[in-house]
Amino acid sequence: MIRAVPSRSPIPLMLLIAFLAVPAIAGASDTSFLIVMATRVMIFAIAALSLDLILGYGAMVSFGHAVFIGIGAYAVGIGAAHEIYDGLITFPIAILAAGLFALITGAICLRTRGVYFIMITLAFGQMAYFTASSLSAYGGDDGLTMWGRSEFFGVAVLNDPTVFYVVVLGCLVACWGFARALVSSRFGRVIRGVRENRVRMQAVGYDPYRYQLVAYGIAGMMAGLSGALLANHAEFVSPAYMSWQRSGELIIMVVLGGMGSLHGAVLGAVAYLVTEEVLSHYTEHWRVIFGPMLILIVIYARGGLSRLLDRTGSGADG
Amino acid sequence: MTATLLAVQVLNGLQLGVLLFLVAAGLTLVFGVMDFINLAHGVQYMLGAYLAVTFHQLTGSFFLAVPLALAAALVLGLLLEFLVFRHLYDRDHLDQVLATFGVILFLNEGVQIVWGSAPLSYPIPALLEGVIPVMDGFGYPIYRVALILVGLATAVGLWLVVTRTRVGMLVRAGATNARMVSALGVDIRRLFMIVFGFGAMLAGFAGIMAGPILSVEPNMGDGVLILAFVVIVIGGIGSIRGAFVAALLVGLVDTLGRSFMTDIFRTVLDPSAANQVGPALASMLIYVLMAAVLFFRPSGLFPAVGR
Repeated sequence: MIRAVPSRSPIPLMLLIAFLAVPAIAGASDTSFLIVMATRVMIFAIAALSLDLILGYGAMVSFGHAVFIGIGAYAVGIGAAHEIYDGLITFPIAILAAGLFALITGAICLRTRGVYFIMITLAFGQMAYFTASSLSAYGGDDGLTMWGRSEFFGVAVLNDPTVFYVVVLGCLVACWGFARALVSSRFGRVIRGVRENRVRMQAVGYDPYRYQLVAYGIAGMMAGLSGALLANHAEFVSPAYMSWQRSGELIIMVVLGGMGSLHGAVLGAVAYLVTEEVLSHYTEHWRVIFGPMLILIVIYARGGLSRLLDRTGSGADG
Repeated sequence: MTATLLAVQVLNGLQLGVLLFLVAAGLTLVFGVMDFINLAHGVQYMLGAYLAVTFHQLTGSFFLAVPLALAAALVLGLLLEFLVFRHLYDRDHLDQVLATFGVILFLNEGVQIVWGSAPLSYPIPALLEGVIPVMDGFGYPIYRVALILVGLATAVGLWLVVTRTRVGMLVRAGATNARMVSALGVDIRRLFMIVFGFGAMLAGFAGIMAGPILSVEPNMGDGVLILAFVVIVIGGIGSIRGAFVAALLVGLVDTLGRSFMTDIFRTVLDPSAANQVGPALASMLIYVLMAAVLFFRPSGLFPAVGR
């Protein structure tokens, strides 16, 4: 059954209000830590959102999604290593390079289905990871420290934490809006149709492969953007950005938040990173608590956190 | 000298392959029969090694520690099945991924609380110490040879169980069509539990055997898990024979690649470039292998019939 794109959920609005409130709270309590942390959360939210686009709507479970983040990050980092700090040059390169890698590898990966697709995306992810590790000119295993953030029109606007925060929030909202428009368009309907019944879509006259490949490329570009932002946030780039553990975390974020709703992915990224931050505050062994929490959420909250919130919010089983 | 080195590396490759097979056998059966993605299979390998550490401290004997650790690994596997996995059989693959990821987090951190985060080890038993001379004064440790032999013996035993016994027949039938098996009156849940406990025990066995030659540390199962997934996908999910061939293939390709890749590149590239390209390419060799296999045979080398 093809569900209509959920539009009545209050979660996107709630998330937006929360994100808008962060600078005010940070300003009132005079802690820049909060805003730096929230910026990181939103950067990963963009990546999780892009994964949900293909995973939730297209049933393409990419286990190499962190690679696109890594490519975006390396585009900015390598630019900085050559004294190119102009964001109007490095950001488009980051996005296009990630998109190109997605198209090339996607063309091969999309020949397979199900768990074989998961594993072949992992394979390309590992290849990219080891390639990055061998770039000794750019730090190799140790990574690459950037000596400054990207500039726009000659001004290093991202140096101010609040401005950086607003820029990332703008990117997140833009990506969410774009993804929303995409999934409710004719293109999005085809993608969802293929998820439900590939053969039937072929019988109606669509070529699923081409649609899926384009969706895969778009998701790669979005993740590339988040990588460019991440490099600026950490002022550091390393192969660890594209490790399979990172790709796994992105899947966890999407499934935790509830896949196939876009805002679920954002919620999942927030829940994952904030819980990690809060629990690790109390004990270094926070994973002993976090692990069972994930298990309980799977067993008792079917459909992830966003469905859970929607159900309690409307007071009915929905 | 090169021939000796080659022989030694082939043995090392076989040893890695045998360990991978023990882990992958359980994974491929759980996946094939129950259609269940168990990411926690790698931590069961780790648990086996840690249990062996404890039982070795208690008994002071390797040969007593092995059966005790095996039994404990089996019990823990069944306990996990009862507490967590049982509730996830009729769920989406991604729900299973999320929940078993939670199990990984819990157990990886749990062993750090119980055993500490420093790497542990236990000695090779006196009986298996020493080396076997290979060629011109070059020796190969007896324990590693024993490990290869025990692994191969386990593979043969497993093959006999799967192809010659009633349970094995049900397992094969389950891998082909679990619902049909259930409809024919077999208690599929009990079959699941047996397969699961057995798989956990095999993974634990690999951990126990690897303990004396690798360091026993938290997260040691994560890398093995990924390699085991590579193995079962190359071999074809649900196929024991495929897992065996693929495990040896992956073990040999990885080990030989790491030992000789740089030297091979030195013959065509200048040394500094070879030193850079060689190790990177050696690390990704098995993934290139997997991508190539899936490109030409999208269901692996030995696809279980009916899937």
